[in-house]
Amino acid sequence: MVLKGARPLPEPGLSRPADSDDESVIDVRDLRMRYGKTDVLNGVSFTARRGEVLVVLGPNGAGKTTAIEILEGFRIRSAGQVRVLGVDPAHGGEGWRARIGVVLQSWRDHGKWRVRELLANLGSYYAPYSSPEASRPWDTDELIALVGLTEHANQRIRQLSGGQRRRLDVAVGIVGRPELLFLDEPTAGFDPEARREFHDLVHRLTDQEEATILLTTHDLDEAEKLADRILILAGGSIIAEGSADELSRRMPAEAEVRWSRDGQRFVHPAGDPAGFVRELFRQYGGSVEDLEVSRVSLEETYMALVRQFESGDGQGAERTFGAVTS
Amino acid sequence: MTDGAGAVGAGPVRGRATQAAMRAGLQHGWIELSHCFTMFEDAFEILPMPLLSIVALLVIDAKHAHLPGTHSSIGSTVLAGVLVTNVIANGIIVFGMRLTAEREDGTLLRAKATPNGVLGYLTGRIVVTSGTIMLTVVCLLMVGLAPFSGLALGRAATWLTLAWVLALGLLAMLPIGAVLGSLFRSVRSAAIVVMLGTMVLFGISGIFTPIATQPTWMQWAGQAFPPYWLGLGVRSALLPANLAAVEIGHSWRPLATAGVLGAWAIAGLVLAPVLLRRAARREAGSSVAARRERVLSRGI
Repeated sequence: MVLKGARPLPEPGLSRPADSDDESVIDVRDLRMRYGKTDVLNGVSFTARRGEVLVVLGPNGAGKTTAIEILEGFRIRSAGQVRVLGVDPAHGGEGWRARIGVVLQSWRDHGKWRVRELLANLGSYYAPYSSPEASRPWDTDELIALVGLTEHANQRIRQLSGGQRRRLDVAVGIVGRPELLFLDEPTAGFDPEARREFHDLVHRLTDQEEATILLTTHDLDEAEKLADRILILAGGSIIAEGSADELSRRMPAEAEVRWSRDGQRFVHPAGDPAGFVRELFRQYGGSVEDLEVSRVSLEETYMALVRQFESGDGQGAERTFGAVTS
Repeated sequence: MTDGAGAVGAGPVRGRATQAAMRAGLQHGWIELSHCFTMFEDAFEILPMPLLSIVALLVIDAKHAHLPGTHSSIGSTVLAGVLVTNVIANGIIVFGMRLTAEREDGTLLRAKATPNGVLGYLTGRIVVTSGTIMLTVVCLLMVGLAPFSGLALGRAATWLTLAWVLALGLLAMLPIGAVLGSLFRSVRSAAIVVMLGTMVLFGISGIFTPIATQPTWMQWAGQAFPPYWLGLGVRSALLPANLAAVEIGHSWRPLATAGVLGAWAIAGLVLAPVLLRRAARREAGSSVAARRERVLSRGI
């Protein structure tokens, strides 16, 4: 596995012409969406840089899917500025469409088709948009191998298992070698093994293809594994932003210290774990055993944050976490 | 600021992209058609109707009943009616229902997420519909060739007329199918309305009984829609010339047939992509997912 932090940011000189004036692949300012009298999104702003994996995290009904569908050009926003690959998605033409990939929650479409047939057919739509920087579409067999479906290439799609079907969805999403890929709750309903395979696939995509990925999930473990940066969306606005590491550093009770003494287990939260452990040894010296210091998990950070937000203290949550920007 | 074409230069690419989408649509149609030959359930969807019609025709023909004053069997006029029924069923009912179903299961959304995908999708569906119609027509005529007296299958003009009438008639039918298919949210509600609508159209179009004997208002209503003209055209191709006597104006009226069917076809080619795009515009992953929940909770 390649270390995520080790991936260099692309140099400005090497970036593709359309974005030479602007490194951000997604640029959202004050996005608002209202259905009738309900505000689903109220003033969301964020950007995504080239090659970044941006994870949008949030409870159900937070507006994740609405936001992603606006960016995909499937939904018209109520207000705000949105640029995706330099184009307003509400007016994105077919050429723009060819540069983005959307992984749909598929169901039973094309059930009688064979895996290779569908990928070859959908791929042929992208051939005219091939360029020296990105040869489109992906070679069908290579793509099938990439998502691990080589054994099933000639199988009918409805005979695939849920996890295999999902990998086919990803293959369909990337068949045009997109510069930007949208994944809306990609691993919902996966078993742990399928989830792990999917995570490996996402890493492969970002490492080899320099694709930018925007992914929504409510699986915190997944967010932590995949994200370069996490946005937490609750009640229609972003209440925190930063890497998993940065978010958990901001927790008031930062670390948890566990130890045992005289056969008894102890657990204690510590804002300054180093100081706490020093004090522990000063007091009890050699009788301290099984010492363990762990940072608060993203899950705890997230739960604390959403609880704080839901208790009506949205401002407080933003004060505590809002400053975290990489 | 970039335009809709993004980093790729607009003009020549757009043309090539349109061609690529049409080719992909042709391939799409061909793959779906080939399922009729390779998969039992698909063959089962298409074949029963022509087969049943043939049996019914043979029964009718066994009585050696002839139309008064002619050498044509009643079977041959019924055959023309069955043929038209097939075209209407495929052009309006199957096309419309398929559209509703594929909106529901996400096929149309998939097309929308692909560059020029809606154009390709429409091309594919036209290929499938016309292919199915061709298959059933050939089936019917092969059988019709042997036992029926009075079918004018030996003339080149028969086949020529049949070809243009069927092609125009199909294109004229599609906008009706597309409108019906894009109106409804679920296959269930579509099924009822599409069936009812088609039955009314059948009633006023004189497919099996000469329209000239009907009340005047019904004659006018029938002549406003393509099924009547399709029926007239098919009869003009298959039946002997003297049977034109029972039609309105005692003539096959080929020019009027071409005119009305042509007008509907042009309206169809202009309208269908617009309607499909509009239907697709309302589609997003969340609405497909919501419908999936609804269907799954019904336990289908």
